[in-house]
Amino acid sequence: MNISQIEAKCKALRLDIINMIADAASGHPGGSLSIVEMLACIYYYKMNIDPKSPNLESRDRFVLSKGHAAPAYYAVLGDLGFFEKSEFKAFRQLGSILQGHPDAKKAPGVDASTGSLGQGVSIAVGMAIGAKKKNPNVNVYTILGDGELQEGQVWEAMMAASHYKLDNLTVLIDHNGLQIDGQNEEVMSLGDLREKFTAFGLECIEVDGNNVSQIIEALDVKTTKPKCIIGNTTKGKGVSFMENVANWHGKAPTQAERELAQRELEGMVNV
Amino acid sequence: MSEYKAIRVAYGEALAELGAENEKVIALDADLSHATMTCTFAEKFPDRFFNAGIAEQNMISMSAGLSTMGYIPFASTFAIFGAGRAYEQVRNSVAYPHFNVKLAMTHAGVTLGEDGGSHQAIEDIALMRVVPGMTVIVPCDANETRKAVKAAAQIDGPVYLRLARLPSLIFDNDMPFEVGKANVMKEGSDIVIFTCGIMVETALEAAKDLEVKGVHMAVVNIHTIKPLDQAAVLKYSQSCKRILTLEEHSVIGGLGDAVADALIGNGDFKFKKLGVQDRFGQSGKPDAILKEYGLTKEAVINEVQKMIN
Repeated sequence: MNISQIEAKCKALRLDIINMIADAASGHPGGSLSIVEMLACIYYYKMNIDPKSPNLESRDRFVLSKGHAAPAYYAVLGDLGFFEKSEFKAFRQLGSILQGHPDAKKAPGVDASTGSLGQGVSIAVGMAIGAKKKNPNVNVYTILGDGELQEGQVWEAMMAASHYKLDNLTVLIDHNGLQIDGQNEEVMSLGDLREKFTAFGLECIEVDGNNVSQIIEALDVKTTKPKCIIGNTTKGKGVSFMENVANWHGKAPTQAERELAQRELEGMVNV
Repeated sequence: MSEYKAIRVAYGEALAELGAENEKVIALDADLSHATMTCTFAEKFPDRFFNAGIAEQNMISMSAGLSTMGYIPFASTFAIFGAGRAYEQVRNSVAYPHFNVKLAMTHAGVTLGEDGGSHQAIEDIALMRVVPGMTVIVPCDANETRKAVKAAAQIDGPVYLRLARLPSLIFDNDMPFEVGKANVMKEGSDIVIFTCGIMVETALEAAKDLEVKGVHMAVVNIHTIKPLDQAAVLKYSQSCKRILTLEEHSVIGGLGDAVADALIGNGDFKFKKLGVQDRFGQSGKPDAILKEYGLTKEAVINEVQKMIN
């Protein structure tokens, strides 16, 4: 898929995200909307996958370490045909394959169960170690939230990624600056992320995480080290009243808010 | 002549044996490979051994990731760290998706000894037993350990192996081993003692002395705490009516409670749980600790006599 096709896809994904969360009256819109471009570039541009054979051994792997952004993940997997889009309606409902946080046992295309922050990236590191031994062509991608970086396990995982020279691993950071209780810098400041990841032995690239061409360029960078892409993003991206508002981390839009968001995403209102 | 071998040593050997039989088997450790004895595997299969460093949480989640690539990871460290510190990684990275990871944790219980209460896991059976889909095995000797390691690799899903540190008596190698099937070590009709791990030897010694006193105690080795052999528990409970459980673990949440759960609503029994009575361990020579915590032959005999009279 080329850049403009991916950009168009992002708009459709955002509508699915809003509808999924509004239908469930529950979910995390802010951090789902902020990762749309990174997720789309990974799935529509970079990954080697076959939705008809979700368990193919030679496939690339993706782990959504920030599992609460599941609506974005499901929107992509549904669009690619891992399951029917009609499943979106059952998001967060009893018996659904689309659990509140990704469940590898239930949803086709989901390679790891995540949601407890800090664990997904370690799972991805394990996958990358296994991939290097089994099939050097397999690449592993994972997206973490910036608040998630406060989990010590993330840094244990980065140490291991570097130690085991995982050049098949790409770690993407959704750096939107906000977490549930407010700004990262108020809750627990992250310091210089670029320096931190570089110090841990990763090749670090900083991009506008809502800019498709910049993300693609970063994904294409060749390196012998594990790669870290820090995507500076806008939490709630694409829905003006959600943008940069910490309160939209884990709150569903009302019907009126859903309609407003829809009109905005469909370009029917100017903001 | 009695032969002794530490269960953790038997684990290292069994893992290396398994590694030769099955190339999917890999091992992970958290800087304790010479204590957990995964070093035996590492020496033979350096390409299939991964040290996570002193980072148990990462080790468990990495094991989950490795299992998705078709490997059978055996992750080892001390039980306090593997089942305790990394509990939530075990629960969410491994067990929740029912990944094929084996958690072989050593130095369990108070016989870890001198390092003291901070390192003595007395709640790991409880922690692992409560996790849905987890198989929990506590081998009693070197032979049972070898069989348990092989059996664990045949199970498609998470398995917790609770392994002891010190040399312990080796029983008859002809003893069968089937996951979820208790081994009757000695028949008896007056009282039954359900036990596991290194306490099996203690129970047998007590039973031998009691026999001389005319008390016939059955000794049942519940090597698999989960799934529990309910049929064996019920059969011996109903024939003996007096029941003891003995474990090198807290009396809360371990073997004793598993047995109690199986008995609820199934008859009237005299029932007593022997184990660590809701307190932490402490430093000391293992024998001295066992005495302090009432995990000796004498303590068992004393309890049996109270129940008989």
